[in-house]
Amino acid sequence: MERRRFLSKFMSIAASATVVSGFFKRAVARTDGYDPKGHYYGMGIQIDKCIGCGKCVEACKEENNVPKEPFFFRTWVERYVIKKDGETSVQNTDMRIERSNEVFTERDILRSFFVPKLCNQCDNPPCVQVCPVGATFKTEDGVILVDDERCVGCRYCIQACPYGARYLHPERETADKCTFCYHRITKGMLPACVEVCPSQARIFGDVKSSASPLGRFKRMNKLHVLKPSLNTEPKVSYSGLDGEVR
Amino acid sequence: MFLQKMPDALKRVLAVFVLVAAAAVLVRVVLPASLTDSRLHIKSTVEREMAHPVRYAGSEACADCHEEYKVKQGGYHKNLSCETCHGAAKEHSENPSELKPKLPRMREFCAGCHTYNPSRPSGFPQVNPAAHNPLKVCVECHNPHDPKPTRTPQECSACHAEIARTKELSPHAQLECTNCHTVPQEHKLAPRSVRAGIPSERSFCGKCHSKDSGRKEAPKVDFLTHGEKYLCWQCHYPHMPEVQ
Amino acid sequence: MNSPLTEKLFDLLKQVTGYIYPNEIEVHWGILVVVYPYLTGLVAGAFILASLVKVFNVKEVQPAYRLAMLTALSFLLIAPLPLLLHLGHPVRSYEIFLNPNFTSAMAMFGFVYAWYLMVVLILEIWFTYRKDLIVWSQGETGLMRWVHRAVALYSTDISDKAVEFDKKMVKGITIIGIPSAFLLHGYVGFIFGSIKANPWWSSVLMPIVFLFSAIVSGIALVLFLYMVITPLRKEKIDIKCVDKMASFLFYAVIVDFSLEFLDFIHRLYESEESINILSDLVMNKLFISLGVLQVLLGMLLPLGMMVAIRLFKFEEELRKLLYFVSAILIQIGIFATRWNVVIGGQMFSKSFRGLTAYKMDIGGMEGFLMTLVLLSLPFIVLSILIKVLPPWEKPAKGTTEGGTMERSVIG
Repeated sequence: MERRRFLSKFMSIAASATVVSGFFKRAVARTDGYDPKGHYYGMGIQIDKCIGCGKCVEACKEENNVPKEPFFFRTWVERYVIKKDGETSVQNTDMRIERSNEVFTERDILRSFFVPKLCNQCDNPPCVQVCPVGATFKTEDGVILVDDERCVGCRYCIQACPYGARYLHPERETADKCTFCYHRITKGMLPACVEVCPSQARIFGDVKSSASPLGRFKRMNKLHVLKPSLNTEPKVSYSGLDGEVR
Repeated sequence: MFLQKMPDALKRVLAVFVLVAAAAVLVRVVLPASLTDSRLHIKSTVEREMAHPVRYAGSEACADCHEEYKVKQGGYHKNLSCETCHGAAKEHSENPSELKPKLPRMREFCAGCHTYNPSRPSGFPQVNPAAHNPLKVCVECHNPHDPKPTRTPQECSACHAEIARTKELSPHAQLECTNCHTVPQEHKLAPRSVRAGIPSERSFCGKCHSKDSGRKEAPKVDFLTHGEKYLCWQCHYPHMPEVQ
Repeated sequence: MNSPLTEKLFDLLKQVTGYIYPNEIEVHWGILVVVYPYLTGLVAGAFILASLVKVFNVKEVQPAYRLAMLTALSFLLIAPLPLLLHLGHPVRSYEIFLNPNFTSAMAMFGFVYAWYLMVVLILEIWFTYRKDLIVWSQGETGLMRWVHRAVALYSTDISDKAVEFDKKMVKGITIIGIPSAFLLHGYVGFIFGSIKANPWWSSVLMPIVFLFSAIVSGIALVLFLYMVITPLRKEKIDIKCVDKMASFLFYAVIVDFSLEFLDFIHRLYESEESINILSDLVMNKLFISLGVLQVLLGMLLPLGMMVAIRLFKFEEELRKLLYFVSAILIQIGIFATRWNVVIGGQMFSKSFRGLTAYKMDIGGMEGFLMTLVLLSLPFIVLSILIKVLPPWEKPAKGTTEGGTMERSVIG
């Protein structure tokens, strides 16, 4: 009897201690001088300027150690050819995986353009919602990152992304995706893809800074996002996005 | 007490459950915060991300040592980052004498951007590499840091390749671009500041296509009734006019 | 770089039609993720069948009650294996318990599984068997005695009052168990049904369809096992039990079929953006697995057989044969259902412009051989459980709990 009472008291104390410590706020101080609260990043893409050279794809792979095989992309460029007969043909600009030998003559083409794609760093990200261990999260400055050490490789986030932006890193067996070159932007540099774009089709910016190319882009263009009906609130906006683009 | 009334079987089962629950609580309490606190995980992930090595130095890094940067600022490649062509150069900027970035001189390299592709935007200079001086290296004639055509282009197709090729396949193939467009000489030197002009009236097309025109081979319509509210090119694409 | 993977992906490229996002060439959820819902479905279904006896007093099914419980337990024990094998980092899987992200349906797995295993299944089996364990251990020696005493948690009370309490607990746990079983398999349906990015999966009906196909497969499995094990024990199959199980199976198949048919009609009628690529998917990539295996063989044929049995009042031997064949066909059909959901949902691109292919390896972690092993393990576990906790042992004198022998057919 006495033992039982003691045991139950001990249990209740231990249980409440755990609960209380969970709520205990510990200060998590930054030590490196960069304050994420002062920034909120976004990107703009001008379809009418993209020449489809693919330098952004190469630079991204180089900068971020993405496997060079054509099955793992943090960013890629799609080519759309809308023909006069109403059909739309979409191809990848990475010719290693382009299977079709379809040739277009100017006679058939109604409209044609290139569309760069990447992780949209959504503000309402479905990938963050579904991660069972919380390995993927949104930082205070708006970038979605993956915790390599906690990802269990269940691939749920890859299934949940409507844009196909994620892949499983073949060596680390964890989910990977574009991080807006977080290691560069936090030092005031541009993401690698923006850096090397020859035609300034990609515009990177900080929504919290007062004057920026991104601000002008948002003022002077009618903007679209990909798959708006899914309400993912993407932070990558497109100008000149054709209705055929998915 | 309540416990005394409880059947023996239930007591044993509850004892097992209490043990399991206690073990779970103990594990949770004993584990260090680094394993359980999400905020610490996030912090360490952010730190790891920020610690990734930077490979592209950024355009301004080259300006300190290389004159070509200033040259580039004045030409058509001014928006091109040095590293777009020379590759990742952060290592070079830290160890300039030992590690050199690449120096692409092969035709295939320039052709990567400048080969004709109908999906490329109009106004972007494109060539057919097989036909355009195939035996020479591009940089022989064009300074990559201030690329200009060797001569002021006579043909509009140098920058408007897709339109030119479309026109080639159409009934208007025999027409020069300048037949319809007014092209000031400055447009060839500063294309974005000085634009070419388009005709402003239906009667322009009427020069060939109205009933009293001299051009025998051009299809004729009655300009008083045909599409009277519209300018011709609001329906017909002049570079590939639709033929019935 | 990982050459076998790259080679495989280059090969798969050749089978792509149309346009797919470049990252979509790798099919992420393969055969292992097909096996998992199949196994948990059987757990939920077998348990629902058992609950019919205890909560709804369907006494005809009593002979199969303990078998159904043991079947549920053996499949539940093996169910986490395909998941562990599939994870990129199975060693980190404890994170699901330690740091679950509560917005993720998948994070529920650890808790729902633990709840169902400990609070529902094991507890109910324990209370069902407790008295018999004590009685058996009194007459045994050696290892079995030790095992039975330990499993009974060394309790010794077999008074009528204690036995009454046991029965009450069983009923009470079953009542909690039914919604728990719904949760155990329903959450898997929700994992798929809540993915708005994938129109083949995203549907309110998904958890319900998963659940009802689970009930169908679970009842069919217990029916099959009962009809196989009973003759092996040289006992006579209780035809009333089998008839009753088959009639519940019949109702469940009707509901399941109606739900899937409703989903089909609804998709065609609304004709949303994805209808073209999904029709392409069903007609080309899934024609055999969906049209033939899931619908024709897995649903219409068994349904037809059971309708015929009712219409023409076939005699006992023919009924048994048809039930047996139906049970097997249904297993194939429900496995095909899981395949069509999981693999089918990854065969089309989220760009809605292309289709890709899935190639199952023979060996390796996600291979065909591993699948066979995973599908046979529960039966091995079941045979061990039947040895340790015999469902049909002749009960000792003076008791009423237990096997088929003296329990009279309800008349």
